[in-house]
Amino acid sequence: MPTIVIDGKEYEVPQGENILEACLGLGLDLPYFCWHPAMGSIGSCRQCAIIQYQNPEDERGKLVMGCMTPVQDGARFSITNEAAASFREFIIESLMVNHPHDCPVCAEGGECHLQDMTVMAGHRDRRYRGLKKTHRNQYLGPLIHHEMNRCITCYRCVRFYKDYAGGSDLSAMASHDHVYFGRHEDGKLESPFSGNLVEVCPTGVFTDKHLVNDYTRKWDLQSAPSICPGCSVGCNTSPGERYGKLKRVHNRYNPDINGYFLCDKGRFGATYVNSEKRIPAVGRRSKDGLFDAIDSSQALTAIAKGLSTSKVIGIGSPRASIETNFALQNLVGQQNFCTGISETETALVSACIEAIKESGAKIPSPREIERCDAILILGEDVTNTATRIALSLRQAVRNEAYNMAEGLQLQSWQDAATRNLAQDERSPLFLASPHATQLDDIAEGIFNLSPSNIAHLGYSVASLIEGKKDDAATKTDANDYGNIAEALLKAERPLIISGTGVTDTSVVKAASSIASALVAKGKETYLSLIYQEANTLGITLLDQGQGPSLSNIFEQGENNNIQTLIIVENDLYRRAAKHKVDKLLQAADQVIVLDIMDNETCTQADIVIPASSFAECEGTLINFEGRAQRHFPVFESKHPCRPSWEWLTEIGKLSSNKNMLEWQCFDDINKACSESSSTLTGINEVAPDRKYRVGGRKIPRQPHRYSGRTAMVANLSVHEPKQTDDTETPLGFTMEGHSGDRPGELIPFVWAPGWNSNHSVHKLQTGSEGELKGGRSVVKIESKNLIQSKQQVKSVSQNNDQDHFIAVAMYKFFGTGELSSQSPGIIELCESESIELAIEAADKLGVSNGDGVTAHGVNGAVDLEVKINDSLISNCVGIIQGMPGAANINPGEGLSLTRSENWVRRSEIISSDQLGSKNV
Amino acid sequence: MITTPLTKNVHEDRRVVLVEDYEANGGYQGARKSITQMTPSECLQVIKDSNLRGRGGAGFPTGMKWSFVPMDNVSPGHKYLVCNADEMEPGTFKDRLLMECDPHQLIEGMICGSYTIQADIAYIFLRGEYVKAAETLSQAIKECYAKGYLGRSIMGTNYSLDLYLHTSAGRYICGEETALINSLEGKRANPRAKPPFPQVSGLWGRPTIVNNVETLCNISHILDHGPEWFQELGIGEDAGTKMYGVSGNVQNPGCWELPIGTTIREILEVHAGGMLPGYSFRGLLPGGGSTDFLVEEHLDLAMDYGTIGKAGSRMGTGTMIILDDKTCPVGMVKNLIDFFAHESCGFCTPCRDGLPQTAHILQDMSSGKGETRDIETLERLVKFIGSIGNTHCALAPGAMEPLQSAMKYFPEDFERHAEGKKCNYCETD
Repeated sequence: MPTIVIDGKEYEVPQGENILEACLGLGLDLPYFCWHPAMGSIGSCRQCAIIQYQNPEDERGKLVMGCMTPVQDGARFSITNEAAASFREFIIESLMVNHPHDCPVCAEGGECHLQDMTVMAGHRDRRYRGLKKTHRNQYLGPLIHHEMNRCITCYRCVRFYKDYAGGSDLSAMASHDHVYFGRHEDGKLESPFSGNLVEVCPTGVFTDKHLVNDYTRKWDLQSAPSICPGCSVGCNTSPGERYGKLKRVHNRYNPDINGYFLCDKGRFGATYVNSEKRIPAVGRRSKDGLFDAIDSSQALTAIAKGLSTSKVIGIGSPRASIETNFALQNLVGQQNFCTGISETETALVSACIEAIKESGAKIPSPREIERCDAILILGEDVTNTATRIALSLRQAVRNEAYNMAEGLQLQSWQDAATRNLAQDERSPLFLASPHATQLDDIAEGIFNLSPSNIAHLGYSVASLIEGKKDDAATKTDANDYGNIAEALLKAERPLIISGTGVTDTSVVKAASSIASALVAKGKETYLSLIYQEANTLGITLLDQGQGPSLSNIFEQGENNNIQTLIIVENDLYRRAAKHKVDKLLQAADQVIVLDIMDNETCTQADIVIPASSFAECEGTLINFEGRAQRHFPVFESKHPCRPSWEWLTEIGKLSSNKNMLEWQCFDDINKACSESSSTLTGINEVAPDRKYRVGGRKIPRQPHRYSGRTAMVANLSVHEPKQTDDTETPLGFTMEGHSGDRPGELIPFVWAPGWNSNHSVHKLQTGSEGELKGGRSVVKIESKNLIQSKQQVKSVSQNNDQDHFIAVAMYKFFGTGELSSQSPGIIELCESESIELAIEAADKLGVSNGDGVTAHGVNGAVDLEVKINDSLISNCVGIIQGMPGAANINPGEGLSLTRSENWVRRSEIISSDQLGSKNV
Repeated sequence: MITTPLTKNVHEDRRVVLVEDYEANGGYQGARKSITQMTPSECLQVIKDSNLRGRGGAGFPTGMKWSFVPMDNVSPGHKYLVCNADEMEPGTFKDRLLMECDPHQLIEGMICGSYTIQADIAYIFLRGEYVKAAETLSQAIKECYAKGYLGRSIMGTNYSLDLYLHTSAGRYICGEETALINSLEGKRANPRAKPPFPQVSGLWGRPTIVNNVETLCNISHILDHGPEWFQELGIGEDAGTKMYGVSGNVQNPGCWELPIGTTIREILEVHAGGMLPGYSFRGLLPGGGSTDFLVEEHLDLAMDYGTIGKAGSRMGTGTMIILDDKTCPVGMVKNLIDFFAHESCGFCTPCRDGLPQTAHILQDMSSGKGETRDIETLERLVKFIGSIGNTHCALAPGAMEPLQSAMKYFPEDFERHAEGKKCNYCETD
């Protein structure tokens, strides 16, 4: 490690860093704007100026930009030198020339990097006496608020949006002191990563619209470390609350997973927690069919009584925590516990687990994905099913650029230089999908194929890697497949991505065979398999293939074998065809539903119990890597809402369930679960338990400037109420406690003296993009411990004759997610339900966009709106998952389509309606 | 012996030199000689020996610049030669004359230069407003393809070169070579950070040489007549001739090819004919809007890179702007700073936000609203914006040169304006 001298003191710093990074890593304050730890340097703001001396005799030195100056052994610098300090002050003064004095009404105030840097650089007096430049703001959609006047032109927004995230509809426009960052015209930002602008912008140009409209300062937010429940990636988040409402979600730094960035679904898709559709009370259906609110103890006693006297089935959920599912499993017994995942999906998850066990490939974290240098994606529409990974893939293809830069001795943080050098040179990424995807722009090869042909491609590539000649492939295919095999073999770290999204087990098996072939060739091979929901892998591992399948439950229902059905956090109408679910719910004598939001299953329930959302309870989720992570309650559940595991434990105790009698708290359930099987061993080490203290103190959820605590309830009492004791977690609902170094999984929000913005995270790190100083527990289920489900489904009858179309599952970033789709802002972005057809298919049926078709499949006929997708292959039709009609069609089945004659086209929106919806 | 190689073909009436006339007058001999008889390294040696320095303003030795281009075939791919014809320096019109009158001279220079660095593609990045030059160059390029001077297998050798004319969308900063490259790639015309230098990673990330029009026009003559001939053309330390220009209230404003090292006084008094009646000389910007003022005491200095540099200014493009006694230096500098503030690309803070502050103060001063603290504020701005390295590129430091020197040589004018007093020559409201 090079030794450098800063202001007369020697320091050892990591090789290859720039001096700004090195200073921040050493805990030395040096203001900056345009540099970003994940995006590197361009040297535009000139804020991190310091003095560099030629040698020990040099007393004058030269002004250099910290972010553009590599550290070299023996180099001498000064931060405090007057020439550097006064230049930095001048830079702030210049930035402030046009910056409005609107801090008191700015949503960034209190967590503004510009505020922090202004104070740090010492600018106070303004010499400029002219007018400020002003701009017109744009409507950027329902998620992000635009306030261009606050811009200090650091270029971070476009560098993130275009360069890092591959977006194309945000640009720097005009020049000199008129530079404008926005879209070519008003409209929603198209990138699924646009929300990161809120955190990337060092001031208040891009702010969270939901927060702006219902505003709370950062210092008044109560936060907790959380895990995004939106998909199987498990990004770490820091949701903030005030007045019992979830106000916003910020990124929580995790070097393995999300780093500094989240997707928009994760950031904006959590406010369903505040929804009016939350179940408000324990309810029992009265004779007139409506729900009566009843006392919870009355309900629980009734349920407990039913448990001991009747045949009970429990249906869990892949969106609920391990603890909730474990409690349900204990309550009803393993033989009566169903995961609530459809059989098709269960078979796919099993195939994935088998692939991981058998291929011998490593499962990469998103950070490891960024280091892979040749990638093949089989079928999975990553941008829509595991969005954060798509961002990692965009970095992975840049490895070729870094290789080229190394040849010129350019450090990887030389961002502009590296991009200029590499231009369009990328590490190879190949894509096989039935339709166009949002990663096509970075792919070297795109193969538009039906799911079975994707599997065929996979097997062919595997054979070629093994060195076998693939006779089945045509000559052109053989060339293309040869290129894929060659690129994977040439790579140092090849990566295969697939998952349950394409709903064809043979695709997963093909991915596995490629990975096996690469492992056999001695390659450091990575295999990444994506699941549908936050805890799909977790619940599958918990079940271990022991419980009944969903169709087995339907059969039991038909045979009138079910008296009591307990459904936890699962809308069955999203899992199976409507007629089957209807029948089951009618057959059971008593249907008990525990859930967060009202849904179709609730409407068929006899007793409905309100469950806490992820933001109000503790829980463990297992992500696509098999990594177990804990989310903590951000705020208390509103009475009578409680975590599902708590309700279930109480029912267990009332029914004298011997396993559950001893469970006193969350930690007990978690520990019991950890001890229940070798697979889940270790999930009790995911985060410190409730007894964790530092110097006898808990970790506060509120910043030390949290204000108005007495005023918040002044309408009820002028006395300050006692803070609720949190007996379940190491965190406190208070501003008092330990706020020094903490384990990564216990950091509710980031703050450091002088650093009020999210940039303060560097004070908690051991270096940019580095590990957290307080450590971090990493619990991953080892692949040797994975137990795969024994369930196998009979293959779906495929009608592949000419009159039939193959139903292909499609996913929409906004719309497929069950709960996120009900968050304000996202609601208006969700696409309507449709069936996507290739142009040839639409022509054949005589339909165009907006017309209706009737799809006849094994579950009968469904009417759907036509949407033409010219990237789809012609014998496939896309069925958007997560929409009401979608559950009636099994992906992979053959559908016969007819034009729906009774279809009424939706009326076109007239232009004044459109204006009305643009409620800026 | 040829003493004015660059303008020897130029017609009195400025009509374009046709390809036949160009060839008849020794044209394409330099290119023929180098491509058919010399190796690229021999050509490079001749250019190095000639001591030719870049005529765009910085005066960097051309041979040395070219020698940084990797000549091995380790990384196969394109190499580029780009002619910087984005002549936008205030007061400068020398390249325009060369391109409008004798386009083949430039093209021949580019063929020689491309051959020397083994570039296979060349571009002329032309200022958009130079419509006539665009016409003459387009016609000349067409003629060259027809005659086999461009395209596949030039002059029967296995050397090939394609040349394209690109007319700029128009910004001053495109004259900065890396901003020019970005613009040529279709990106924002922001300069790039160096290193890496364009010689290694330039256009499309490939090795690229960017040279000024006048520099390239010299190449074929040097290759044809040899470095010794070229050295002898200059008067002082520097070699060759230089296109000098004069603008302002002089008898005969214009542009002349003279031995490099001719004195300012000779250019001003002999060629430009001295000041117009009723005007007397106060100072001059020797090489365009972004150079420091020189005054009476400097008139006998030789116009070459070293001498002018030692006097505290820069030779720049060698085209002077004369300040007379009936023009207020504060107003003149305000005009220039307005231009540079407007032409800032907006990339780095000191330039983007510092120049408009400067312009604002000068506006106030020249309109009678100056305040005594303004001089101190201007000095502060000069200190922070005016040093190379404080900013991303040389635009803002260049912009500060006329201001800092005007404050040094004409303090009484600044003081008068800072006191809010009326100026006889500035328009005050």
